Amino acid sequence: MARNPRKSPGKTKARKKAAKPRARTAAARRVLVMVATRKGAWLYHGDAARKTWRADGPHFLGHIVNHLVLDPRDSRTLLAAAKTGHLGPTVFRSTDFGRSWKEAKRPPAFAKATNGKPGRSVDHTFWLTPAHESEPDVWYAGTSPQGLFRSADGGVTWEPFSSINDDPKYREWMGSAQDGTPDGPKMHSVIVDPRDPQHLYFGMSGGGVHESTDGGKTWQVMIQGMEVVEGFDASTPSFHDPHCMRLCPSNPDRLYQQNHCGIYRIDRPSTKWERIGNAMPKKVGDIGFPMVVHPRDADTVWVFPMDGTAVWPRTCPDGKPGAFITRNGGKSWKRLDAGLPKGQAWWTVKRQAMTADARDPVGLYFGTTSGELWMSRNEGDRWQPLAQHLPEIYAVEAAELR
Amino acid sequence: MNVLIPSALRSYTKARDVDAAGGTLAELLADLDRRYPGLRFRMIDEQDKMRPHIRFFVNGEQTFDMAHPLRPADSVQIVQALSGG
Repeated sequence: MARNPRKSPGKTKARKKAAKPRARTAAARRVLVMVATRKGAWLYHGDAARKTWRADGPHFLGHIVNHLVLDPRDSRTLLAAAKTGHLGPTVFRSTDFGRSWKEAKRPPAFAKATNGKPGRSVDHTFWLTPAHESEPDVWYAGTSPQGLFRSADGGVTWEPFSSINDDPKYREWMGSAQDGTPDGPKMHSVIVDPRDPQHLYFGMSGGGVHESTDGGKTWQVMIQGMEVVEGFDASTPSFHDPHCMRLCPSNPDRLYQQNHCGIYRIDRPSTKWERIGNAMPKKVGDIGFPMVVHPRDADTVWVFPMDGTAVWPRTCPDGKPGAFITRNGGKSWKRLDAGLPKGQAWWTVKRQAMTADARDPVGLYFGTTSGELWMSRNEGDRWQPLAQHLPEIYAVEAAELR
Repeated sequence: MNVLIPSALRSYTKARDVDAAGGTLAELLADLDRRYPGLRFRMIDEQDKMRPHIRFFVNGEQTFDMAHPLRPADSVQIVQALSGG
């Protein structure tokens, strides 16, 4: 078993209120960008100015890596969700920034079949979420087919979490392999409220948005206001396809969501999502995969629209890539495409493949299905390529190293 | 008995040919997992089903039966089948 590098993981009580996030001091922090692809993973180490980058990789060449995440609680533990074309799914763990990796002793796996019902097998772990800061070794994982898993030892052993994996109602909402994305339905956007480790959210593609206020013992459906494909019943969770959901660190009562059917915002305790994508330009629409929130301003978010018309090409609309930003909670949007190709660019940014750092101004990073990694040092005002010719990019995460 | 390990799993065994024991294919895989922790789950899922692109041969004959009997003199080949580009 890999040793835990933390010297004294002493528990701290969950804080009632989230600390107001502050911009990190440029001199003290270097940015690490973690890129997970269809054929391996790469780490990009930036300097303090985010101007020069050192590529480290490939790690796990040939492995399908769906997510690569650094634990913000120790700035040291990296988890990678991986499988290959031949081999079953697993999780790898590093505490030295990828110089060495150890495989999880027990990767996420469903319980054995019971009551004569068909048991399920994890095809791949899709999403990794470090839990609350008061639970230093706890992680959550979302899988395909959809399941929720938890590790209490920093990712070494994983157990099915909560009752939903085998709940008949949830199994109905999760549907079969035919009801999800082409490589399987996804459990994603596992979110922990920074004020309360018992307050959790997740999204299912398809299957809707769900919330727990008792640490995952019970869950409530949270789909009011979300639209579904024309002709279907919006009161049925199965028909809902949230693509990516994010909670605002500066206001944990506010969440944003990029959905198969539009862009949404919700301000708790309201249980109704508001479609804020209606203010997007009609020629572009408000369909896409990723959703990025500002680390300090809950009115500011970014999206990267794709073509969701007719047969759903899932490319940049009209071959012209551009991010969009709102600085007023979705009342209005502005296109950000300086530095990006002006046309004939037919890629997509997947739901985990766009992220922000916590610097001021915020740095943005996104990876494309054509294997390009782009960045902006000024909140999207200008983009520049960071890496090219990578395999199809599935996930991009940014972290600041202490 | 001798077990031929495919290249995709040699990060576990560090060898092409390894020795393991068991009266059935299931027992052999359990023994392999004891010797090389984590190896079995990459080939066999949590419902004890063979994964889609892993195949097992006993003395050159393919088997899909985890209860297939084995003798010490048998040889087992584990093969990674085609899985796309």
